[in-house]
Amino acid sequence: MRAALAILLLVLLGGARDPILVPEISQHEIRLRQGFTGTELLLFGAILNPQGTRAGQDYDIVVVLKGPTESIVLREKQKVAGMWINADSTELRSAPSYYALASSKPIADIVDEKTAAIYELGLQWLQLSPIGAIDPDEQARFSKGLVDLKTRNGLYRQDEAGVQIKEQVLYQARMYLPSSVPIGTYTAETFAITDGRVVTSASSSVDVRKLGFERAVADFADDRSFFYGVIAVAISILMGWLAGRLFALV
Amino acid sequence: MDVYLPIANLSVNGLVIVGLGALTGLLSGMFGVGGGFLTTPLLIFYGVPPTVAAASAASQVTGASVSGVFAHYRRGGVDFQMGGVMVAGGVIGTAMGAVLFRLFEELGQIDTVINVLYVVLLGSIGILMGRESIQAITAEKTGTQVPARKRRHHPLVANLPMRWRFYRSGLYISPLAPLFIGMVVGILTMLMGIGGGFVLVPAMLYILGMSAGVVVGTSLFQILFVTMATTMMHSLTTKAVDIVLAALLLIGSVTGAQLGAQFAQKINPSRLRLVLAALVLLVALRMALGLGYRPDEIYSVAPL
Repeated sequence: MRAALAILLLVLLGGARDPILVPEISQHEIRLRQGFTGTELLLFGAILNPQGTRAGQDYDIVVVLKGPTESIVLREKQKVAGMWINADSTELRSAPSYYALASSKPIADIVDEKTAAIYELGLQWLQLSPIGAIDPDEQARFSKGLVDLKTRNGLYRQDEAGVQIKEQVLYQARMYLPSSVPIGTYTAETFAITDGRVVTSASSSVDVRKLGFERAVADFADDRSFFYGVIAVAISILMGWLAGRLFALV
Repeated sequence: MDVYLPIANLSVNGLVIVGLGALTGLLSGMFGVGGGFLTTPLLIFYGVPPTVAAASAASQVTGASVSGVFAHYRRGGVDFQMGGVMVAGGVIGTAMGAVLFRLFEELGQIDTVINVLYVVLLGSIGILMGRESIQAITAEKTGTQVPARKRRHHPLVANLPMRWRFYRSGLYISPLAPLFIGMVVGILTMLMGIGGGFVLVPAMLYILGMSAGVVVGTSLFQILFVTMATTMMHSLTTKAVDIVLAALLLIGSVTGAQLGAQFAQKINPSRLRLVLAALVLLVALRMALGLGYRPDEIYSVAPL
């Protein structure tokens, strides 16, 4: 309803040169609780010309879903005296905890490197903000390591044929979130690109959070760690004792 | 059966974890060790973050040792005086372990420290235990007596000041020795998520020279309290105890421990020790290879 109104409003206002982008997400809240083994989000929407006509042929669509950024230490193992140990490290102030990109064409064919870097379009263009001065080669090595690690954990992904445009109006992209997905507020950004320029973009958010029992446990462990420990100890003693009694009866 | 672990932040197959607990419980019942030395590495192998694995494995060991302590207590196999001294040392040890854990974590070397400790400890104890049990088995076969050991306890122990009488253990030694041993085991428990039974039992036999009848019971008594302290310490410092993970492990391990205890009564103890030695060496070998081979993950991430 709201989406329809927005289209109407934009069409009526006319005049604007920018295309009309109406994004939507299948789910605005993801609940982490028992039985959660990962989920798929559908990011979809419509793209229209300023005149309100089909526009899909003229524009390429890029959809980016990004989790909250974290400050992290990234460590690198090297072989020292026959053992693989953490030998080098770098500190990154803004590593996204989750990053998924889908586009209708390969990024390199849509925009030039400068634009890709400005809008963070693609895993190689993530702005990680390393702390302290480190040389570009080293930085590139660490970034590549992080991207590789997170990609294999299913937390970073890039699908350059992931956006389908139907009837030159509707676009859609599917994004998978694994069970180890970090909590927080995610932003979903949609970019319409033509002639190597980002002409319009729209963003919305997705909340990933723990609910019910899982939330209670996580909060309890954080806020009342002493009682949490007491309960953990009590459970283990009780279960051990109970098993002893039960087997004594057998 | 998928279970979401609220602290580890991931979904696991609950039956696999229960099975894992049962396997280690079976071993702990059979051999009188906690089984933590298997749980922690297997959990890490399954994808649980190392800190959560070490923190949650400790509570499993508590559960597995409870019924053991009761059983040995009824047979008079627990020296509470000696156990008390060791527990005191153990609690000091866990506190020291917590400081070390945090230090190594900040340095980024906690994984390496845990791995090296596993290799060195399990390797040396596995070799000692294996040699001793092979000697015992050959002695049984040929019918010869194992030569009696020349000295009762380690000369260092005899030189310590302030002697106490430990009646149940049949010892007149300084309490500083068991206090120190308890402390070392406490540190190891905190760092490795193990009960320390396989360190404690040989230390009690060969360093302190306690009478064999009370060794297993007293070691279980110390393990019970030290793992309780470890669970507390982890919930207060690392906040990595996953109660859901611990409960799943416990379901398996407490049943496994009971079955293992019944099983153990039917098998020759020397052979039992030989099997345990082989198992311990196997884990040590796997860990050693893990240090030497190029790991799957060169990079690792920790919060700043």
